[in-house]
Amino acid sequence: MSRLGHVSPGLRSRAARAMAVRAGQGRFVLQVCAGCSVATYPPRDRCPQCWGELRWADQPHTAVLLAETTVRATTDNFYREHLPWRIGTVQLDAGPTAVAHLHSDVAVGDQVRMRLVLDRGGNPAMFALPLKETPHMQDDPQLRVFTSAPKHRRVLVTDGRTKLGQEVAYALLEAGASTVFLGNSDRLLRYDGEDQIASTPHVDVVPLDLTDNRSVSELGGLLGGRVDIIVNTAGYVRPGGVSVGSRLATLQTAMDVNASGLMRLAQAFCPAMGARSDDGVNSASAFVDINFVYAMTGNAGFAGFSASAAARQSLIAGLRGEMTSVGIRVASVLCGPIDDEWHQAVPLPKVAPSRIAKAVVQALQDGLEEAYVGDIAEDLAKRWRQDPLLTMREENL
Amino acid sequence: MNRRPVAYDGVAVCCPVTVPYVRYSPETAHWWAGAALSALAGRTGLGPADIDGFCFASFSSGPDTVVGMIQHLGLSPSWMDHIPTGGASGVMAMRRAARAVQSRDAEIVVCLAADTNHVDSFRQTLAGFSRFSQDAMYPYGFGGPNATFALITDNYMRTYGIGRESFAKLCVAQRANALSNPHALMKHPLSFEQYMTSRVISDPVHLLDCVMPCAGAEAFIVTTEEKAESLGLPAASIMATIERHNAFPEDPVQVRGGWARDVDTLWNAAGCGPEDMDTIQFYDDYPVIVAMQMEDLGFCRKGEVAGFIDRHDFTVSGSMPLNTNGGQLSAGQAGAAGGFQNVTEALRQVLHSPLGAQVPDARRVLVSGFGLVNYDRGVCTGAAVLEGVN
Repeated sequence: MSRLGHVSPGLRSRAARAMAVRAGQGRFVLQVCAGCSVATYPPRDRCPQCWGELRWADQPHTAVLLAETTVRATTDNFYREHLPWRIGTVQLDAGPTAVAHLHSDVAVGDQVRMRLVLDRGGNPAMFALPLKETPHMQDDPQLRVFTSAPKHRRVLVTDGRTKLGQEVAYALLEAGASTVFLGNSDRLLRYDGEDQIASTPHVDVVPLDLTDNRSVSELGGLLGGRVDIIVNTAGYVRPGGVSVGSRLATLQTAMDVNASGLMRLAQAFCPAMGARSDDGVNSASAFVDINFVYAMTGNAGFAGFSASAAARQSLIAGLRGEMTSVGIRVASVLCGPIDDEWHQAVPLPKVAPSRIAKAVVQALQDGLEEAYVGDIAEDLAKRWRQDPLLTMREENL
Repeated sequence: MNRRPVAYDGVAVCCPVTVPYVRYSPETAHWWAGAALSALAGRTGLGPADIDGFCFASFSSGPDTVVGMIQHLGLSPSWMDHIPTGGASGVMAMRRAARAVQSRDAEIVVCLAADTNHVDSFRQTLAGFSRFSQDAMYPYGFGGPNATFALITDNYMRTYGIGRESFAKLCVAQRANALSNPHALMKHPLSFEQYMTSRVISDPVHLLDCVMPCAGAEAFIVTTEEKAESLGLPAASIMATIERHNAFPEDPVQVRGGWARDVDTLWNAAGCGPEDMDTIQFYDDYPVIVAMQMEDLGFCRKGEVAGFIDRHDFTVSGSMPLNTNGGQLSAGQAGAAGGFQNVTEALRQVLHSPLGAQVPDARRVLVSGFGLVNYDRGVCTGAAVLEGVN
């Protein structure tokens, strides 16, 4: 029997949702009081010590496991399929205690390493891991519920004609993916790296042109029920301004690849993925979109392209909402200028495709929703968190 | 903060009523509340116009609170209260009603808890139980209170070296007590082996550590001694009460309840001690909580409860009759009425009108409440010492 894509219980406070945002960035945070600096958990709206205002802050992620239980009966449809399920009470070094999901290699009395993860419904969850890496740690069945580790999974990488697509494919195979379906939008036109990637074991080159409705829906019909992870590496980058140095056709093509392409992809594959989100070891699990950090701000000299990236980012936010309700993680890996032919005129630093590939695998293994790759992207994200409007001004003036 | 509480002079607690429980009921909490009032009326002759105080507890009356309930049931009280503390609601209701009567805000206060249990009630109640539990407890395996108490029990057993055998003795004794109670849902004797080998629900909590959710209602009247007498109702008096919420938040895992903080206040006000109790009616949703109360209410020192349990016989005819109606573990847990059933049973024992077996010559009883696992522990505690007026 194939299992329905149940999602763990979803009702949460607004404070817990704010915690989810940080969890999606891979941070271990708690609320800390602006007045008395004491950390608190579960999420509250005021400090229980002095009633001061609370702020989210990164915390030491170590703890001690005090008590444990193995849940063997539940009224919830999701957990029913995953019993028995181990949880425990941990004393966080940050101060409070918390109930946490337990990795099978931790025992009462152990020092543990805490991770704030997202559950399949996109809600924040405490997870206690062994302090030091243990053999096959990532394969823990409970941990795997919260991550999208490529191991044993079949992945569609949408554009294999670029260095980026190929590096992502290699990195996924290295991380244990069972098959990488690699998109090729033009079978008659050769491309760099073709011979090597096409002859790599477990790589299956498939026809896929994100600007062509028929191409996308045909592949969706063929592979839809067999793809566990999608990594959208397609991207159309051209320089140009808004009023000067630009052609309207550049914007239109960028929109067609970057925004409409994403939508075509989502329509052809996501419903089938949602139905398989809780289907055993190689369940459908994630949609990763590699996008450009200028989606957040615009960028002088790449105006049309940045607009298409912004449209793409907005679609990802919508898709995240839809897929969260069926248990599929939607992640954005945001990068600055890539070291490729379309950024030859852009000064360093530029991010290497292999580094982006590594970030994609990391985001999947950690179950992230948002990752910034490279110095430019990290710097922009930092500035954005401090002052979004100033950052937009800086990027465009 | 050493202000002595005012004594409950002139207050009478009387007329315990239990509407027999059923496992599942298609009726509403309102229906069960009405059934309890009807039973009270049958015993006292009181009608809606006679009741000028109403104290209500329920988990399943939503969207109605006490406001909806008094209009639904045709009451026009001069004083009312809604107690949202589940297992602590019985002692708290009695406490509040007593002060209302003493201060003449009301003369006849009905304290009433009613809950229904539809086929899917339990899951629904859990799903929206409290903000902390929905954010930080139930999504962790969704084992409900069984999992929460499993963590408490696991820690308690490790910390104090207590085995399941001790809990077994409590559960087996309560089942023996239940057999004389015609309303108890559990009708068969329970052996030590059956307890020890019952199915694991959430280690170390087994099936027979858990109460059975059901529908039912409990009620009693708090009034003046004169009024009770004029109605011809035998009454008990309140020797002392305590109440505490969110005690010891600094304990990483719950090893004690609020009783530990107020135990001296209780016995000082009562003018007697644990050794003077003829029977104890402890809140018993999970035996670990019964054990904790024995320590926290002064029957033995912390960590020494295993020996205490060993030394005593908890059946009705034993040295320490405990939960003589079978408690929630054997009679059933009718939601918030689970926090009332030990009050009504305590009253029956000291008024010598039990549902089942009578503790010989019972005069003084200790009754306790423990309620609302808002997150990782029970937050609300209370206790009262009652004395039969012989």
